[in-house]
Formats: sequence, C-alpha cells, structure tokens
Amino acid sequence: MFGSIDPLLLLASLMVAATPILLAAIGELVVERAGVLNLGVEGMMISGSVLGFVAAIATGNAWIGFLVAALGGAGMALVFGILTQFFLSNQVATGLALTLFGLGLASLLGQGYLGVKAPSFPDWHIPILGDIPVIGPIIFQHDPMVYVGLGIVGGVWWFLNKTRAGLVLRAVGENHEAAHALGYHVVRTRLLAIMFGGACAGLGGAYLSIVRVPTYADGLTAGAGWIALAIVVFASWKPGRLLLGAYLFGGVTVLQLNLQAAGVAIPVEYLSMSPYIATILVLVIMSAGGAPGSLGKTFHASR
Amino acid sequence: MIALEKRPQPSAFWSYAAPLVAVILTMIFGAALFAALGKPPLEALSKIFWEPLFGEFSFFYLPQLLVKGAPLVAIALGLSLGFKAGIWNIGAEGQYIIGAICGAAVALAMYPSEARWLVFPAMLIAGAFGGFAWAMIPGILRVKFGTNEILVSLMLVYVAEQLLASMALGAMKNPEGMGFPGSRNMSQMDAATSWISQSNGMHWGVVIALIAVIFAYILFARHILGFQIKLAGQAPRAAAFSGVNPARLILFCLGTSGALAGIAGLTEVSGPAGIVSIDFNVGYGFTAIIVAFLGRLHPVGILLAGGLMALTYIGGDIAQSSLGLPGAAIQVFQGFLLFALLAVDVLTNYRVRLVQRGAA
Repeated sequence: MFGSIDPLLLLASLMVAATPILLAAIGELVVERAGVLNLGVEGMMISGSVLGFVAAIATGNAWIGFLVAALGGAGMALVFGILTQFFLSNQVATGLALTLFGLGLASLLGQGYLGVKAPSFPDWHIPILGDIPVIGPIIFQHDPMVYVGLGIVGGVWWFLNKTRAGLVLRAVGENHEAAHALGYHVVRTRLLAIMFGGACAGLGGAYLSIVRVPTYADGLTAGAGWIALAIVVFASWKPGRLLLGAYLFGGVTVLQLNLQAAGVAIPVEYLSMSPYIATILVLVIMSAGGAPGSLGKTFHASR
Repeated sequence: MIALEKRPQPSAFWSYAAPLVAVILTMIFGAALFAALGKPPLEALSKIFWEPLFGEFSFFYLPQLLVKGAPLVAIALGLSLGFKAGIWNIGAEGQYIIGAICGAAVALAMYPSEARWLVFPAMLIAGAFGGFAWAMIPGILRVKFGTNEILVSLMLVYVAEQLLASMALGAMKNPEGMGFPGSRNMSQMDAATSWISQSNGMHWGVVIALIAVIFAYILFARHILGFQIKLAGQAPRAAAFSGVNPARLILFCLGTSGALAGIAGLTEVSGPAGIVSIDFNVGYGFTAIIVAFLGRLHPVGILLAGGLMALTYIGGDIAQSSLGLPGAAIQVFQGFLLFALLAVDVLTNYRVRLVQRGAA
C-alpha cells in the first residue's frame, strides 16, 4: 500500500512544503526575540498571499509578487506595531485583530482572482551540485525562494549571535527596562523587528499562492501562520532548531498528502488533521522554557 | 511632544466612551472602504445599521438579530471569563463545532423518537459536554505540561473542522438524502428542534444566552470566583499569595467557555442551521472575540456588543443583495472595529499630556 510513494520525491517536496512556514516562523522568531508576541502571523501571511499573487499576475513577474507581498506584510505589521508600541494595546488582542482583519482583507482583495493560475516560477537546476545523484534532486533542484528562505534563516542566526545590533535586540527582548536604562531605543528596535516579521510572513504567504499551490483560494493558508508560531516555541527561539521544526512539519504535511494520493484506508479528513495534531504533540513535548524575558509585556517608559 | 501618563485608576468615563468612539471611527473607516469599492458610502451604512432595525422589512430582520446574536453573546461571555484572567481560549470555533456534532449525534441516534422531554435535554447535555471536553484538551495540557493554550485551542479548530467534514460526508449523512452531503434536518424533528418560535427568531440558544448573561453578571458582582478571576488577571502574584489556585481557575475558565460554545453550536445546528453540513460553522467563534472586547468583558456590555455585531451580519447581507457590497467587506469592517477599540482604549488607562521636549 505504500508502494506508490517514491521516497526520493517525498524528500524533495518536503523542502518546498516547509518553506512557507519556515519564512513566516523566522520572521516571528525575530519579533519574539525582541520581546513582542505578534499573533497576527496568519493574517499577514494570507494578506501577503493575495497581494503577492495580484502583483505577480499584474506584472507577470513572480519576483515583483514576492516584493509586494513583503511590503504588504510589513505594512500590516506596522499597524500592529503602532498599536502595541505607541497606543500600548494588549499584544494578544491586537494580534488577533490583525489576523481577523487580514483574513477579511484577503478574501475581499482575492475575489476576482479565484482559480487564476500564477505566472510560472521555474526551478533552479544548480550546476554540478544539482547533478549529484539522490542528493541533487532532493536539495539542489528547487525554486529560488527555497534558498532565499534558507538564506534568511542563516542571516538571522548571524545577526542575532554575531552582531551588536542583534545583541541589542536580544537585550530589549530579555529585559526592556534594563535595555531602556542603558539607553537603547526599545520602541524603535521593536518596530523594526515587527516589520521584519511582517515582511517574512508576507513572503511565506506569497510562496503559498505563487509557488506551492499555485493559485489563490479563500483560506489558503489554513492555519500555516499559527503553525509557524508553534514552531517558534518548538525551536526554543533558536534559528537552527527552527529549521529542524519546519522540515519536520513539512515532512508530516507531505507524508499525509502522499498517503491521501496513495489511497490509504484512513479517511482523507483524518489524514488532513495530522499536521495540526502533530503540532499539538510537538508543543506538549517542547513546552520547556527559553522564552525571552519580556515576551508579550507592554513597555512604557514611565517618568 | 505628546506623552502618555499612566492613570492611577482606569478612567470610568473612557471605559464607557471608548467602545462608542471605536464604533464611530469604524463607521468612518467603513464609509471610506465602501466608497473605495465604488459603493455609495452613506447608503451602505444606512443599509447596514438602519435598514434591519427601522426599515420596511424590519419585522423580518429583527428576529434574525436574535438568531445571529445568541451564539455570539453565549460564546463571548465564556471567552470573557478567561480573557479577564489572562487565559486565552481562541479556539471557541472548534468547541462550537464539537458541541454541534455531539448534540446532533444524540438527536440522530434517537431518531425517530418523539420523546422531546428526553431527546432535547440529552442533546443539550451532550452539546455542552462536547464543547467542554474539547476545551479541556488545551486546559489540561496547559495545567499539566505548561503548553500554550492559545496555539493548542486554535489547532483544535482545524481538527474540529476536519471532523465536521468527516461527519457530514460519512457517519451522520442522511440515509434518505439521495447521496447529498449533510445530516437529517433536526429543525424539522419535533423532539430535537431548538426552535421555540421560528417566526420570532426564538430558540433555546437565545434563552440560554440570556440566562448566561445573568449568571455571569452575578458571578462577577457577587461571587468569590468572579473576584479571583479578576484578581488573577490584574495581579497574578497577589492572587497566588491570596490562595487562588491557578490550575483550577484555568480549567474553570476554559471549561465554562467550552461548554457555552458547545451549547451555542448545538442550538444552532438543531435550529437555524438544521443540518450537520461541511460549511456549518461561519466564524462565530472568532467574531465572538471582537464581541467580548467590544463589550469590555462585561456581561451587559457583551449583550449590547453581540447585538451590534449581529446587526453588521444582517445589514451586511442586505447591503450585499441590494448594493452588491462584497461579503468580505463586512469582515474587514468587523476586524477594523477591534483595531479601533484597542487604539482608543489607551485613553482608558493613560492620560495624554503635552510636554516640552527635554523637560523630563
């Protein structure tokens, strides 16, 4: 009954399946390391998916789609940032508002685009590396965004651990009072982190609509933004483990899709549940600490 | 330069005024949005807020207000318990679905029994228990393992949606339905229907929502548990020292909100919706989050906010059919309302002062 599943193809599609969540999660990781909990990832992702899709259709160029999605995600995140940093609103409630607003906005903008096909976004066949048997097709024959995602993860790791600005960002996240007392700009740092998170979520959403599906449908993200939030917890706020979490999740998704296609005796609905149940299990196992000290707390420099 | 100064006490004036200002801001935003969509803005606003209440066909729309408002109020009341204590159940949509499935299972298993005295109460218990049990999953995981209840309760929404699809297409499919998905119609079963008077929009969900408002009011005004909930939200350390058991509080808040959402789901499926179908849930569980905040987490406020939000649903439908306003525009409108409220709310807790730069 598993005969029709090609393990090589399975591993190859794993990287593609993991990319949207990886992108959204690495953005949120930076936001949370700065001490802000943005629950609006799902809303920014789905807005990014529709904005990127519309721009890609209008220009016929997928890259412009990704750019517009990133800008749109950052713009929505800025609304969240202004509300939480200047209006001192509750981060959980504001994040939920962003998600509800984003879901509505996406289905409003996406109306005329249901069922339209995205412009093509060809895979890269990396010379030499792509020709290696087995490893080549699994790792080195994907579309460029897969590598952009990996690059962002690497860049974030380097930024957080090797640069002074990264150290300031972590200080702001661990103890905003102390960081403020040392003269760092808590609000400015957080706003920038929030916008970076929004841009990454937008990219992740656009990857879904332009590459992965590749079309726009209502409710396209189907909880991917929330799973990204869970993967940040799983990763204990560390970029390296984030990669592992995203691929683990990509694996579960791809496996259940393949099992559906292979016509296994388990009903489709129960297979479709599995990524969400896997996420819950992962959260239960990985609920140990490691969260930034000021995560989710409102900062107000009282005089 | 503008600076914010924390108020020693939240402003009583602004805690009442903030929701009103937010609604006005949202109307201005809505008018701009409708104009941007090429619809006459003032006409659209009057279709949404005036037509259902005072228009020519208000006799038809007013009962709808009860039907749409009841699940919103019931769910939002439950959510408000947890939100006050800093316990975030945002998976009410899932608890609503599971309540509906459990209640419907009882009704369909007992079909064609005509013993209403037995069938309907059993459905109520099953619906409440279903929602309760679904909410206990994030509750117990939070208490035992410290798992984040926001993410778990939300993941369970997607699981519940898949379960709903499986029920509508499989186990609960109407054997006489000629192969169409969906269960038998419970609103037409005398023993199982939640309708009291369909033409007036009265069903048991409305009654239970109103009773819940009274109970929640008493809980917060008179009962020690209501005090402990507020204390745990505002001063967690003080709550711990005064002997509040956090685990018990988490389970109580999640369990109660789950049970209320479950009852809302059950009374919806056996009345207004009638059948267990794939698209049974329409997002009440999420809209109820807006209702809870707009109502300031206060039972009476939630009742009013639920009515207002129900109005936007009905008015949105009217504007959709008469002006061609897209249904999603109402969703954007509702989302903006929560943004506006959260922004205006700064005035409740902070005072705005003009200060000279560098004077601090």
